[in-house]
Amino acid sequence: MASDVEPMVLKNPTLRWIEERLPILSFGYRHLVAYPTPRNLSYWWNFGSLAGMILVIQIVTGVVLAMHYTPHVAHAFDSVEHIMRDVNWGWLLRYLHSNGASMFFAVVYIHIFRGLYYGSYKAPRELLWIIGVVILFLMMMTAFMGYVLPWGQMSFWAATVITNLFSAVPLVGESIVTWLWGGFSVDNPTLNRFFSLHYLLPFVIVGVVFLHLAALHTHGSNNPVGIDLTKKDKIPFHPYYTVKDLFGFAVFLLVYLGLVFFAPDLLGHPDNYIPANPLVTPAHIVPEWYFLPFYAILRAITFDILFIPAKLGGVIAMIASIAVLFFLPWLDTSKVRSARYRPIYRIFFWILVADCFVLGYVGANPPEGWLVTLGQIATLWYFAHFLVVLPILGKLERPLPVPESLSAPVLPRGAAVPAE
Amino acid sequence: MRRILRLLGIALVSATAIAEPGRAAVEAEPPLRETWPHQGIFGTWDRRALQRGFQVYKEVCAACHGVKYLAFRNLADLGFSEEEVKAIAAQYTVRDGPDDRGEMFERPARPSDRMPGPYPNEQAARAANNGALPPDLSLIVKARKGGENYIYSLLIGYEEPPSGVVVPEGMYYNKYFPGHFIAMPPILQPDAVTYADGTKATVGQMARDVTQFLAWVSDPKLEERKGTGITTMLFLIALTGLLYAYKRRIWADVH
Amino acid sequence: MADTTASVEPVEGGKRRDFLELLTWSTVAVGTAAAIWPFIHQMNPSADVLALASVEVDLSKIPPGSAIKVMWRGKPVFVRHRTPEEIAEARAVPLSELRDPEPDSARVKKPEWLIMVGVCTHLGCIPLGTAAGEPKGEYGGWFCPCHGSHYDTSGRIRKGPAPTNLPVPQYTFLSDTLVRIG
Repeated sequence: MASDVEPMVLKNPTLRWIEERLPILSFGYRHLVAYPTPRNLSYWWNFGSLAGMILVIQIVTGVVLAMHYTPHVAHAFDSVEHIMRDVNWGWLLRYLHSNGASMFFAVVYIHIFRGLYYGSYKAPRELLWIIGVVILFLMMMTAFMGYVLPWGQMSFWAATVITNLFSAVPLVGESIVTWLWGGFSVDNPTLNRFFSLHYLLPFVIVGVVFLHLAALHTHGSNNPVGIDLTKKDKIPFHPYYTVKDLFGFAVFLLVYLGLVFFAPDLLGHPDNYIPANPLVTPAHIVPEWYFLPFYAILRAITFDILFIPAKLGGVIAMIASIAVLFFLPWLDTSKVRSARYRPIYRIFFWILVADCFVLGYVGANPPEGWLVTLGQIATLWYFAHFLVVLPILGKLERPLPVPESLSAPVLPRGAAVPAE
Repeated sequence: MRRILRLLGIALVSATAIAEPGRAAVEAEPPLRETWPHQGIFGTWDRRALQRGFQVYKEVCAACHGVKYLAFRNLADLGFSEEEVKAIAAQYTVRDGPDDRGEMFERPARPSDRMPGPYPNEQAARAANNGALPPDLSLIVKARKGGENYIYSLLIGYEEPPSGVVVPEGMYYNKYFPGHFIAMPPILQPDAVTYADGTKATVGQMARDVTQFLAWVSDPKLEERKGTGITTMLFLIALTGLLYAYKRRIWADVH
Repeated sequence: MADTTASVEPVEGGKRRDFLELLTWSTVAVGTAAAIWPFIHQMNPSADVLALASVEVDLSKIPPGSAIKVMWRGKPVFVRHRTPEEIAEARAVPLSELRDPEPDSARVKKPEWLIMVGVCTHLGCIPLGTAAGEPKGEYGGWFCPCHGSHYDTSGRIRKGPAPTNLPVPQYTFLSDTLVRIG
């Protein structure tokens, strides 16, 4: 792919001097300026770069919040209120960070479903997809540990419940939990290590994001038609996609800052404004919205499966719900990438989307009565979609005719295609 | 308060069991839906109501509830002058020290001090309140589902229990409280305070005023936040429009 | 950017595009600059730190000829009860001999009480000479052990690398024996 790129011409002698010794200018030119990008990408393709920008926002706001936050059980809650009340612009920085986490997941989920719809995980982009799943997993760990830091009631009980999941591991479960806690309950050592890791992991994510981009730039972006494009159906990244991404970012900011300025606690839980109390569990523990579907899957296993007790079964199911994504490139047996040409897959895709919303709803509500059954059906469908539907559908479905290339049928003869 | 919650101890609780709601909880009535001057995108504080609410807090609530995140200096935001803030602070004593002889001493509060609470620690608070802990009110509006509406409803929600309901010793019946039995007595009685501005101190008036005061204590940066927000959004709308036009121009030769 | 637009040269209407381009990028620049400010300003003293800006000192326990250190805004403040000889010594120095000329009368409100921020103006060490038995330097005032600056009985720099006199904070006498610094 890199060979398709027009060579960079440097006239400025200083820049040439730098380039000769450290070729970062040509690197940036290749990957941010001349990088050949499909010309038919829809706005759904904005969400990747958007996620990258939110990662930067989260790191920058996080670094400045850490300048005022105190990771100690006696001071953590107070220090957050200090940020909210006394630190200059502290309320803004804190709301940017807490709502930024929600936005990050919203954007990444859309990014993932876009990949599912257009078959972006298929050859030769399997590793690109797998690295993306790794990023999702790291994000979940980071978000969970970050949520513990304010040391409110939800922080404390989320930490207790989630770390207790490890107690389901046979034989060594209890030892693992004690090791995670650094004690016999969630306490100061736990808070300290969570703070340390919450600060570290975002930089690990940055590293993995670079791998994600390296894999992306090896074969280039997929596109809504899902076919491999020829050179003339591609346009340089700059200025076309720089300005398109920037426009998308501005629209995103309207939503994000709208939340931050006018409904900053909408996505939070009132109980997290109560300081952590190890003696009182809130009546109704729920994770942040972005974990609700996984929480529903965790709770769906209410029965023993052979020799696996229900508790362990729930943990396995929850982990499997993400792990199954690693195998997606091979579970989907269809050769056609885009759902545009797969009418039946398209229906199943939307069923999966609805299924995830159902799981989210079940996760948000107490597991009582019919909701338990609904959660179990939705969990079953989630796995069936990946493990049963996709492998069979690829064999049975008759895709619509896929066009050979973009330009011939779409563009009239002689229309201006940007020079490359 | 919140005694409907099960006291679980630090016992390890499985993830499935933990999310069960308190089954014993009797459905509380949904809070009234009031309108508040600080609601909405353009909402700002009603400073006279905040000052009256502060008076209600000071003369009624403060007997049992602290507002530990509130410093006297913050009262300037309610429209008090620097001198008034100093005078209010001087009415309170705070513990300071140790002095040169190593002893703690009491002195009049300064604007930089936070409001001293009614009890030195949780045990003292429980001992004075029949085992119940009056929560700190600094964040109460943010920390309760329903926010202002819930606090206001709770304050005016005391009534005679329905026939057949036996209210436990030391508890009161409140239709908006989850479980209906609350340890806080109906402390707001008509004319419990005398407002300097001549407003009649009905229970509803005092409840509305103190609720607004507590909303302010929970979210003192509300006006700054919304003000910055409006400027930012207007700027962003313009920027988004420009970027859209610019993007269309750039892409004109591709489509 | 100039070398990158080669492939996307505007076909027509160049002027309007230039204006739109300029306007868009300037707006982006303004927005970015405004967004950076909270991230810078958050490092300035917070409201609670600014509120703790004054301290009261009881002078009745400082006998003539001795001095104490009190903390004020995280820094030591020297409060010295000067003897008549020390005052006379400070007043006798001709201004022309001083690196940072300042008459003693401009540095005190009451001649017997010298109140200064005790941070060497060279590189921020704490000069010796407050507690009994500490070296007071060649001019009977203070001596900074880090790089050998000597201050006189009015806290003025006389010898060594420090460029200016020890600064005098704002203070007011609340009574004959009580002073509020800040």
